[in-house]
Amino acid sequence: MSDKTHAGVLSGEFFMQGDIACAEGAICAGCRFFGGYPITPATEVAQWMSERLPVVGGMYIQMEDELASMNAVLGASWAGIKAMTATSGPGFSLMMENLGLGIMMETPCVLVNVQRGGPSTGLPTLVGQGDMMQARWGSHGDYAIIALAPSSPQEIFDLTIDAFNLAERYRTPVLVMTDAEVGHMTEKVVIPPPDEIEIVPRRKPTAPPGEYMPYYVAPGEWVAPMAVAGDGYRIHATGLTHNEKGYPATADDSSQWPLIQRLIDKIEKNRDDIIVLEENGLDDAEVAVISYGIAARTAIWPMQMARAEGIRVGLLRLVTVWPFPDAAIYDLAGRVNGIVVPEINMGQIVREVQRAAAGRTQVISVPHPGGGIHDPYKVLDAIRRAAGRKVEV
Amino acid sequence: MKYWREPLDLKDIRVPHGVIHILKERCKGCGWCIEYCPRDVLAPSDEINTKGYHPPHVVQADACVSCGLCELLCPEFAIYVEETEGEVVLYER
Amino acid sequence: MGIEMQGYRLDKTMEQHEEAEGWVDEIHGTHPMDDLLRTDRLPHIWCPGCGLGTALTCFLSALRKSKFDLDKVVVVSGIGCTGRVAGYVRLDSFHTTHGRAIPFATGLKLGNPALKVVVFSGDGDLVTIGGNHFIHAARRNMDITVICVNNFNYGMTGGQAGATTPVGGVTSTSPYGNYEYPFNVSALAAASGAVYVARWTVLHARRLERSIHEALLKPGFSLVEIISPCPTGFGRRHKQREGLDTLHYYHEHGVIKHGADPRETDIGLSGALVEGKFVDLDKPTFLEQRSRRLAQALEK
Ligand SMILES: Cc1ncc(C[n+]2csc(CCOP(=O)(O)OP(=O)(O)O)c2C)c(N)n1
Ligand code: SF4
Ligand code: SF4
Ligand code: SF4
Ligand SMILES: [Mg+2]
Repeated sequence: MSDKTHAGVLSGEFFMQGDIACAEGAICAGCRFFGGYPITPATEVAQWMSERLPVVGGMYIQMEDELASMNAVLGASWAGIKAMTATSGPGFSLMMENLGLGIMMETPCVLVNVQRGGPSTGLPTLVGQGDMMQARWGSHGDYAIIALAPSSPQEIFDLTIDAFNLAERYRTPVLVMTDAEVGHMTEKVVIPPPDEIEIVPRRKPTAPPGEYMPYYVAPGEWVAPMAVAGDGYRIHATGLTHNEKGYPATADDSSQWPLIQRLIDKIEKNRDDIIVLEENGLDDAEVAVISYGIAARTAIWPMQMARAEGIRVGLLRLVTVWPFPDAAIYDLAGRVNGIVVPEINMGQIVREVQRAAAGRTQVISVPHPGGGIHDPYKVLDAIRRAAGRKVEV
Repeated sequence: MKYWREPLDLKDIRVPHGVIHILKERCKGCGWCIEYCPRDVLAPSDEINTKGYHPPHVVQADACVSCGLCELLCPEFAIYVEETEGEVVLYER
Repeated sequence: MGIEMQGYRLDKTMEQHEEAEGWVDEIHGTHPMDDLLRTDRLPHIWCPGCGLGTALTCFLSALRKSKFDLDKVVVVSGIGCTGRVAGYVRLDSFHTTHGRAIPFATGLKLGNPALKVVVFSGDGDLVTIGGNHFIHAARRNMDITVICVNNFNYGMTGGQAGATTPVGGVTSTSPYGNYEYPFNVSALAAASGAVYVARWTVLHARRLERSIHEALLKPGFSLVEIISPCPTGFGRRHKQREGLDTLHYYHEHGVIKHGADPRETDIGLSGALVEGKFVDLDKPTFLEQRSRRLAQALEK
């Protein structure tokens, strides 16, 4: 089960559903383990993986619940395999505790959330973006996280690969926060030949057993090389606060400080490497729309209408939602008359935008409780208001 | 060891003999080794280790048959037996 | 990644670590089991008279006899006093979250089928909070060995009742005596499809060791239930103030019945404590089933 084999890996042009593009992206990225539990609208990822993984020499297992799925993924990663799971709201909630375990043990893996309307069972088949703050803060304790938000099947494919690469580079679980709309959308997806896809391999220790400490981070680096089970290093990994040896160090805060600080900083201080933003028409903009995922895509039409009315509006699309692009938004806030934030929740990321804008401009939320996409005229009205135009009611 | 009749080959029977090692600082004084030694080799001692426990001590060194039970039962990895070579040592219990 | 580092490491070198944490051979001396233990972490945290150390010794002793390549043996624990086992074995070892050792172990095994994966955890961990994973791993005949230390309570958190506490058992959360029906761990495993099920008290250390040895060599889901004293959480509330008192109880109440119907081995606060090997059968494992099925379906 090596991630170097390309046997059975697709390349070419396809007409593909978002969920399936996610699964194929994972396979291209070298993912050879999927542990999951069926849930609408993420089920197709599992179904596709159950069919495809055995063909590419991988392992698929349907676990008994999402607690188990998350743990199986962590276990597989510690066996040296790139691993993934995919779920939606209720399952995402069940994964939270062990997402924290993955973060604490510094376990590379990918968790896909095809968001639906919530809370609770909510709107199983309909779109939502209400898990964005849960993505950031859902597990207990302090940590940092990487979350990507694709807007199309092609981008699900691309970002799933990026997610695996970031997971390896920063030794951490990475979230792909897509939604029912994008997950169930079928569009053209181009899969490049395997040798054109950049894949970050797992960094293994070079020190001999006995000298290697699983959590000793060399100067100038952010994470330790990762020995896995069976490599002969006889490692220990725990969810308890630990020292460089990986041993519990819970008597006081002397290990807690450097460990937690590093877990946060390895992501927050590498924002320039991690964060991807897409700008569209911002150069001359008086109004900026800041959005992500499907909501960014559906903002295009009202933006075009606003442009036709003479409002110079541009889009800042958050391809990376976490870590949050504070600097870019602060900068933008100094250049525009107003920022409009449409999202399919009652106002989550808009709070972050407000925080980052630091009062330099007005920030207008365009909420939606989930179950559908925005009425374009609501977004248009918000753009008009941001531009200081009169809005007829 | 008591036989109901003396075996004809008594001279050839080799009953293993053991030497007991006690890692006093690891002991937590549970007394399991003392209680379950089939040969009453061990007894509580007055000695106190750094943690305040009384480790056992060997009172009948010759009696140990190297059965290894104390080693297996000890929850602290604090006692073990080393089998010695050679001698046939038979004891009345 | 242009970055400047600032103080993430404890300001200790590797040597200072060793000094701070142990390697005090002069004090500890050496024990034949030491090469399998993270001796720099001894003495362990377990109470005097706790059976966990004995359970661990029996496991390590059986493991040594099994002749497995120790670099390919992995121990996975959940949370609890028993869960600390993973931190003491000098093997690849993972200390996961409460109840989740089995799915983590499942991922390890499926990620690298060449590994020998052992789950070593407590009753509360494995059959109370983690009960769902336990029955499903047994149902799948997942290729792992599960060692469940049953002390009839939650030792680590101060002796609360759990799914294994016998009716009438007094714990810190059943002060008037437990009135819930308990799980019989061995019967649960057997009913769920385990191919090997044995139960021993720590007093029967030799037999326990032999059973663990058999379980390790058994392909598929094997379970060894170890009945073990917890004087601190459970014993002292049941006239067994010391671990030794509990061993005496085992001596008086232990009844060895190999092949007993697991359904007839329920454990109460008094009466016979049935021990022995209850199940030993052959059935294709998860991985074997999978290979067969995929070979049929894919290699046409
Ligand atoms: C999700 C979660 N709930 C509760 C706890 C607190 N907790 C820690 S150990 C434990 C019980 C352990 O009992 P058992 O598995 O029987 O182990 P023992 O200590 O008896 O060996 C509990 C409830 C936790 N760590 N995580
Ligand atoms: S090896 Fe056996 S006989 Fe010797 S001291 Fe230990 S328990 Fe007693
Ligand atoms: S069994 Fe071990 S810990 Fe208990 S008294 Fe004997 S040597 Fe000490
Ligand atoms: S609380 Fe009970 S199980 Fe935990 S170490 Fe003490 S005696 Fe053992
Ligand atoms: Mg317990």
